[in-house]
Amino acid sequence: MISITKNDKRDDGRKFDEIRPLKIEAGVLERADGSAYLEVGGNKILVAVYGPRESYIRRLLKPNTGVIRCRYNMAPFSVDDRKRPGPDRRSTEISKIAAEALRPSLMLEGFPRSMVDVFIEIIEAEGGTRCAGITAASVALADAGIPMKDLVVGCAAGKVNDEIVLDLSEKEDKEGQADVPIAMMSRTEEITLLQSDGNLSEDEFKKALDLAMEGCRQVNKVQIEALKTKHAQDVESES
Amino acid sequence: MNIIPEITRECITDLINNNQREDGRNLDEYRDIGIETGIISKAAGSARVKIGNSQVIVGIKPQLGEPFPDTPDVGVLMTNGEMLPMADPKFEAGPPSEASVELARVVDRGIREIVDLEKLCIEPGKKVWMLFIDLHIIDFDGNLFDTATLAVLSALKNTKLPVAKMVDDESVINEETTMDLPLRGTEAMCTFVKIGENVVLDPSLDEEAILDARLSIGITDAGSICAMQKGGDKPLTKDDILEAVSTAYSKVPTLIEKVKNA
Repeated sequence: MISITKNDKRDDGRKFDEIRPLKIEAGVLERADGSAYLEVGGNKILVAVYGPRESYIRRLLKPNTGVIRCRYNMAPFSVDDRKRPGPDRRSTEISKIAAEALRPSLMLEGFPRSMVDVFIEIIEAEGGTRCAGITAASVALADAGIPMKDLVVGCAAGKVNDEIVLDLSEKEDKEGQADVPIAMMSRTEEITLLQSDGNLSEDEFKKALDLAMEGCRQVNKVQIEALKTKHAQDVESES
Repeated sequence: MNIIPEITRECITDLINNNQREDGRNLDEYRDIGIETGIISKAAGSARVKIGNSQVIVGIKPQLGEPFPDTPDVGVLMTNGEMLPMADPKFEAGPPSEASVELARVVDRGIREIVDLEKLCIEPGKKVWMLFIDLHIIDFDGNLFDTATLAVLSALKNTKLPVAKMVDDESVINEETTMDLPLRGTEAMCTFVKIGENVVLDPSLDEEAILDARLSIGITDAGSICAMQKGGDKPLTKDDILEAVSTAYSKVPTLIEKVKNA
């Protein structure tokens, strides 16, 4: 854990090891097999899951297991200057690593030649969308009833004003010195996503990794609550 | 679909679990590295780098242009990767694949900390140097991240920019006098894959085809981690990551030395 100092305050009043206010809701869309809505800080993210289902893209299917495909997409109105619709290089990369981050939690071996589609839609962006998107996607996958052995939870740590801090805001991300987004399996704490951008010493990296893992543990509690709430509603409406 | 015969998978995994590799290398050993620089005279900087039989050609072209509105006083760096269909029977022509976009962006993340973009500004808000870095993957034998990073670094080191000035609101390029590209230092990238119970450095083609997880780590000559990317469908433990980071720290100086002597 990071030590708490006297000047332990950030621009938005948070402590170094404090995440932004977080809200997750499961099962928010009608047609999708599973869905989730997540708000953290100024981020608003919707995730829908379809599948396992057949896909017409035959070359992506595998004879021995199901596959997962992600589409991370930012709405044109989600950022300050309008973003041109459609995939760009950043979203292509995030789509790839998000699929890889979620894959270890899924038990798709029983669904050969089928595909799980995860659509991550950034409605409004305020820093840390890839981690928040993965966190929400894992809740949506659970909501879809896809066999899973764990939830995947994402959180970033970074370096701002020479301090290692948790869950960077948009401003901190832009003005900061480094950003280390991670995702991990909540129970085994195995890392399924790891990136680092900016400059960090070996010790700073270790500190950031530990802090981000601590952030993941906090975010995971909210994921579990969201699924419990949804399940309770389902039970109630059936009885 | 890419079907690796199960027998190959078992064979390689068993070897690695016994601290051996198909080509006889140690787990933390690179294949032979070859660097040639200045191979394209029409480019401002260029290099051809081989790690094992993977081969990447990099060309750097500068162009004057307008800076981005949110960073008016720094130059522009654009890295683009093309996995040519000639490099592998499975590579297709057409729009860039996810893999080539990831490759270009991870390489870019590392070198962005190296190129002194502030010194590429000619007049704030109006004219800056835009550096186009094109990665041409011509032969794929595993570990493109490290090969491409070495190639870009080698090409950056021999890049010459013509001197540009603003005269009466017009940019004037003097092709006669050139300057070296301003660099803050240098870096190198080490890519590891986890197969079975071990983490190995510099994956070969077969090892890359069966990898559980991949981790690339860029480290500067000043000793800071400047880029990192995990890939692959399986997770890594925290210990795997810290072990890879410490191995990377021990390997980077040799790579940097290779670029220096090229």
